[in-house]
Amino acid sequence: MIRIANVCKSFGAVQALNDVSFEVKENELFGLIGPDGAGKSTLFRILISLMTPDSGTVALWGLDAVRDYKAVRKIIGYMPGKFSLYEDLTVEENLQFFASVFGVTVEENYHLIEEVYSHIAPFRKRPAGKLSGGMKQKLALSCALIHKPRLLALDEPTTGVDAVSRKEFWENLGAIRQAGVTTIVATPYMDEAALCDRIAFINKGRILSIDTPQNIVERTTQRIFAIRAANMRTLPALCRSLPEAIAAYSFGDSVHLAVNSHHTEADGIRQQLTRLSCEKITVEPIAPTIEDCFIITAKN
Amino acid sequence: MDIINVKDLVMKFGDFTANDHLTFSVKKGEIFGFLGANGAGKTTAMKILCGLLKPSSGCVVVAGYNVASHPEKVKRNIGYMSQKFSLNDDLTVAENILVYGAIYGLSRAEIARRTEAVLEKLELTQMRRRLVRTLSLGWKQKLAFSVATIHRPSVVFLDEPTSGVDPVTRRRFWELIYEAAENGITVFVSTHYMDEAEYCDRISIMNRGQIIALDRPRQLKQVHGAESMNELFILLAR
Repeated sequence: MIRIANVCKSFGAVQALNDVSFEVKENELFGLIGPDGAGKSTLFRILISLMTPDSGTVALWGLDAVRDYKAVRKIIGYMPGKFSLYEDLTVEENLQFFASVFGVTVEENYHLIEEVYSHIAPFRKRPAGKLSGGMKQKLALSCALIHKPRLLALDEPTTGVDAVSRKEFWENLGAIRQAGVTTIVATPYMDEAALCDRIAFINKGRILSIDTPQNIVERTTQRIFAIRAANMRTLPALCRSLPEAIAAYSFGDSVHLAVNSHHTEADGIRQQLTRLSCEKITVEPIAPTIEDCFIITAKN
Repeated sequence: MDIINVKDLVMKFGDFTANDHLTFSVKKGEIFGFLGANGAGKTTAMKILCGLLKPSSGCVVVAGYNVASHPEKVKRNIGYMSQKFSLNDDLTVAENILVYGAIYGLSRAEIARRTEAVLEKLELTQMRRRLVRTLSLGWKQKLAFSVATIHRPSVVFLDEPTSGVDPVTRRRFWELIYEAAENGITVFVSTHYMDEAEYCDRISIMNRGQIIALDRPRQLKQVHGAESMNELFILLAR
């Protein structure tokens, strides 16, 4: 298991990580969720021994990320946010390269990557630089997994990837967990956060909350209403102007209004919006999603 | 009035057909969502619409000009924000605005005026001398959008403008899009966030070089019996 204790890291005047502590359990699929600049990538780099913390410790199965960095690197598979394989090497050459660096053969661990790699196997002679976005991502995952790491660290693996490929990617992550690999993943997609065993919200270098997606949703003290009206584009600002509004934001085909008071009822909101000359108003109380929780947390 | 009119657009690279007889039009002031799987042919079509690529056949008229015969006229009348940042990291905020203003042929006085307006709107006045590389992703995106529309084009093309952006920052960015549309700028936008597809007036979904669906988001969901855009997309594009 992984134990991160009191990690701090500053770059000049910017404190990127401020006393970060949490644990990741064996075989867990753990999500790291936060806005751009929250400190996610810094945390990843410290976790995988590419950067040293100013203070605090990171232990992976008893190995210290600073002292035992050589041993740590052997048990980690890392997929950075930016595509970092060798573009001039073919698909097959990249995979063989990563296997040989870690002293394994492609054959011995092929079962681990088979499901992912089979999609790109028909293009094995193609230079990695000439692959489409979805295929590059599958190759990067294959290369990060080929030495059968104990920890798979994925920094925004599905950014810029279409909804179908994202779904496939997460199906693959499920299978990888079945094989006993612990996974830490950062993502800006909240539907993906909902698929993790536990998630940590991180903002401005601090962990705001850690829990299962279900608990995070259930423990929300705010009520959410889904609101529709004739003019959807002016609706967020109008909802924000209501006295009980904590936050109001577009959410697919409706506007979500978060309120604190449990006394607020749909009828009251409808009446107020009617007074603001909204037309064809519907107000529906709904259960919050992880995305609602993220927006409310980030707002506080 | 149509600001974009595409008839039978075909684009071939050797044996590969990237765009296979695309036909659609976009009205002035509309927010048009251009969706599709990776590799479906979206970026190719966008490049053609911007006058950067000449189509193999078909007729494409953007802002009143045929892209094949008058690509330079098209480029003067559109804005384009690419997937990768169109800003220069080694220049300051104000310098980036100057570069774009100059490229689009605005006078010095006009550039100075619009620079102040952009800085004020984005609340970047204090940061005008900061290098763009030091800005956060959210600021960069807003600035990239502002410089892409600095010459008040009739249509702006946004290629995955919110890729990798968190839920709060994405929504702030969409408020800029709404504002541009209110001011009569037509917005042509591609995205992989399916909730953003809902914010468009109409969307098209591409698959293997063809448009397989085109309508208002609500109509598309109804016709295909999908609960959400995500469900619809997976249904159609898989």
